[in-house]
Amino acid sequence: MVLNTPFEKIYQRPEAFTEVATHYCPGCTHGVSHRLVAEVLDEMNLIEKTIGVASVGCSVFAYNYFDCDFVEAAHGRAPAMATGIKRVLPDRVVFTYQGDGDMASIGMAEIVHAAARGENITVIFINNANYGMTGGQMAPTTLPGQKTTSSPYGRDVEQTGFPIRAAELLATLDGAGYVVRRSLHDPKNIRLAKKAIRLAFETQVRGLGFSMVELLSTCPTNWGMKPIDALDWLEEHMIPVFPLEDFKVSPILKDLRF
Amino acid sequence: MARELLKGNVAIAEAAIRAGLEAYFGYPITPQTELLEWFSERMPVLGRTFLQAESELAAINMVYGAACTGARVMTSSSSPGVSLMMEGLSYIAGTEVPMVLVDVMRGGPGLGNIAPSQGDYNQIVHGGGHGDFRPIVLAPANIQEAIDLTVKAFDLAEKYRTIVVVLIDGSLGQMMEPAELPEMQPVKRRNPEWAVSGAIGRERRFLSSIYLNVDDEELTNLRLLERWSEIEANEIRFQEYFMDGAEYIVVGFGTAGRIALSAVRAARAEGIPVGLLRPITLSPFPDEKIGQLAGQAKAMLVVEMNTGQMLEDVLRVAAGKLPVEFYGRLGGVVPFPDEVLSEIRRLAHEPLSTNGHPRHSWLKRLELVRS
Repeated sequence: MVLNTPFEKIYQRPEAFTEVATHYCPGCTHGVSHRLVAEVLDEMNLIEKTIGVASVGCSVFAYNYFDCDFVEAAHGRAPAMATGIKRVLPDRVVFTYQGDGDMASIGMAEIVHAAARGENITVIFINNANYGMTGGQMAPTTLPGQKTTSSPYGRDVEQTGFPIRAAELLATLDGAGYVVRRSLHDPKNIRLAKKAIRLAFETQVRGLGFSMVELLSTCPTNWGMKPIDALDWLEEHMIPVFPLEDFKVSPILKDLRF
Repeated sequence: MARELLKGNVAIAEAAIRAGLEAYFGYPITPQTELLEWFSERMPVLGRTFLQAESELAAINMVYGAACTGARVMTSSSSPGVSLMMEGLSYIAGTEVPMVLVDVMRGGPGLGNIAPSQGDYNQIVHGGGHGDFRPIVLAPANIQEAIDLTVKAFDLAEKYRTIVVVLIDGSLGQMMEPAELPEMQPVKRRNPEWAVSGAIGRERRFLSSIYLNVDDEELTNLRLLERWSEIEANEIRFQEYFMDGAEYIVVGFGTAGRIALSAVRAARAEGIPVGLLRPITLSPFPDEKIGQLAGQAKAMLVVEMNTGQMLEDVLRVAAGKLPVEFYGRLGGVVPFPDEVLSEIRRLAHEPLSTNGHPRHSWLKRLELVRS
């Protein structure tokens, strides 16, 4: 039997992606967040106007996967580098893609001041509660009691303090136009994350200041879990510490519908 | 353009603006702050970018980003601030994007003080961040030269896709002298073939200092070295004074060279056949010239405002061909011409030897000067 019914293509590789397989571990949500960013760049027709700033961490090779101009920053300095680019090319779209060690530890000064200046850039912030690339050390986002390779007895808050809630912190700054936290642990939340990423880029295109989407992500390899268990662990343990909320939304954005 | 009375830091800033500077990122630190302040006043009214960063670390990385777009860009700082920039300088060198840094040196190490010093020679000439690269280092000795070299610095940076450092000390930054500024050049967006600016109608571009494949990194190091060989062949600069029949040679750069010139002039008046070599490019270093002088002269004296950092380069080139002596003042103390003159007299009238390190004998003499 020959099937003659025409098929409608409803799912394809985003144009904003290069034809390169990613290096991410099985089950890691970096691939999901990359795809969401690529879909948004496609939908907003931004790929030719966009300059990405990769950071140091698991996403160090992000520049290989997006079909736009890219630079690679030093550890933590992506917001400063993005600032330099955006200031001389204000009509381009500039985004950084940073992990929790990069943004919330070594790069804390750069991200806080970029937000405080209302730097018109977009930051995709991956929070997976550990340093992925170097093999799973304690990050500023590691949960109290969480075991990592540098907190083998569990994170002792008496000695190493408490997780940093970057989105809440940055939302206090007047320069921030859009700061939210989303999660990538199930389809519903992935859809919400995509919408947030769209709004973050809309913030930049409309000149509404600094925008950041924090994405709760899994790291099955370093957490020592099967991918599905990691998704469950995220939902059960990370969301209570890192609530999924809108912390700052510029009033103009509230009326946008897609 | 008429000559006008200009402060060093302001003159350099205005020279950079007139050279078509598109963006400046910096952080306040004495004795360099007038540069930042001048840019803050002038750049916005010209429609160009000025931004006071949250740290030197951020400033150099903003410069890195802007440099990747092909913009004419610079920063300025003073010794401790430049130390913080070392990370970014290495990345910029590894990415092969052009930029200019002005280092207005002050006394150190550590917090030190805000007095003039040449203690950053090693940090800039032999340091400059991790990995294998060399910046071009220009050392003016007066404000006119600082203006001219600042303009030149941008051309060199862009020609060789390299870092160019204009290295002065706090006294040159703070002093006023009559000098002539160049004509104003407009900002020219160069769009070099490597710059990232959005992939409009072309293949995407990527700029970084990452080469995980060791063969690629080796090739990158070789490419940097080849470019450096070209710089060595074409860009060595120095100035000679009173070289006719000079049997004794004083070597000094920047302010120390200028002070030495007063001493050499006085020594000539006394009939001592002494000349001065003032390296203008500290990197590349005028090896050949100094080697040639070392083959002709009876003795050399190196004068610096540090413990003898350039001295080591002179010793390397002189290679034991003649006695080399050293005189320096430290920690923000500026030598008087008379101190250098005494050293020239000693060079001409007392027996010298090539035995022992010149630093050791200098330390003994310095005790007498200080007591």
